[in-house]
Amino acid sequence: MSFATQLMDIALIVTFVVIALAQAMSMIRLVMGPSTGDRILALDTMVVNAIGLIVLLGIAQGVRIYFEVSLIIAMLGFVSTVAYARFVLRGDIIE
Amino acid sequence: MTAEIIGTYAVAICLLIGAGFAMVGAIGLLKFNDSMTRLHAPTKVGTVGIGALLLASMIHSFTVGDGSLHELLIMSFLFVTAPISANFMAKVNIHRRACDTPPEPPQDDTWSTLNVPEADREMASPATVQSPKG
Repeated sequence: MSFATQLMDIALIVTFVVIALAQAMSMIRLVMGPSTGDRILALDTMVVNAIGLIVLLGIAQGVRIYFEVSLIIAMLGFVSTVAYARFVLRGDIIE
Repeated sequence: MTAEIIGTYAVAICLLIGAGFAMVGAIGLLKFNDSMTRLHAPTKVGTVGIGALLLASMIHSFTVGDGSLHELLIMSFLFVTAPISANFMAKVNIHRRACDTPPEPPQDDTWSTLNVPEADREMASPATVQSPKG
């Protein structure tokens, strides 16, 4: 095992830990969040961090199947953010 | 062989950049003290942080075997949708008056999200409408 591979393994572990920590911190904001906008923002950040975690899982396992998963989660996260914001703004999602 | 080593180093650097931006965004989301200020930090996670991670995934697939550029799809989707969702969240903040209301627009009466349509004005503020029989 060369030095470069060891460095990449360490970087992978560090990135896993850091993004999991970021996920937990945005969950704290989701619980605390004084206003509705903060909660929507925290949920959006959690979706983005989940995409990052899935991409990292794909790198760690060397599998390419996680691409579809992260693409679908990205689309679902955008649609749910817009739906939540529109529900707050208009009282209805599809008028 | 050397290309493989350089690719592995590039994957490690991209992963660390993505992790740094994710951490900075989360700290900003937690520590800033105003709704509109809080909106600023996590949008960088959506573009630069995840962009670096997806770039690392692409480089990794090229160093391991036959590469794939599928991750560009996710990257472009996130880059297109991040400003839209940020704009919606800023509108929610203005609508719920979670921030200081921005100064009056130069042409209209007020911001469109704060404006009540003519038909609903009676329903929106019943205190200001006097009933005819007192």
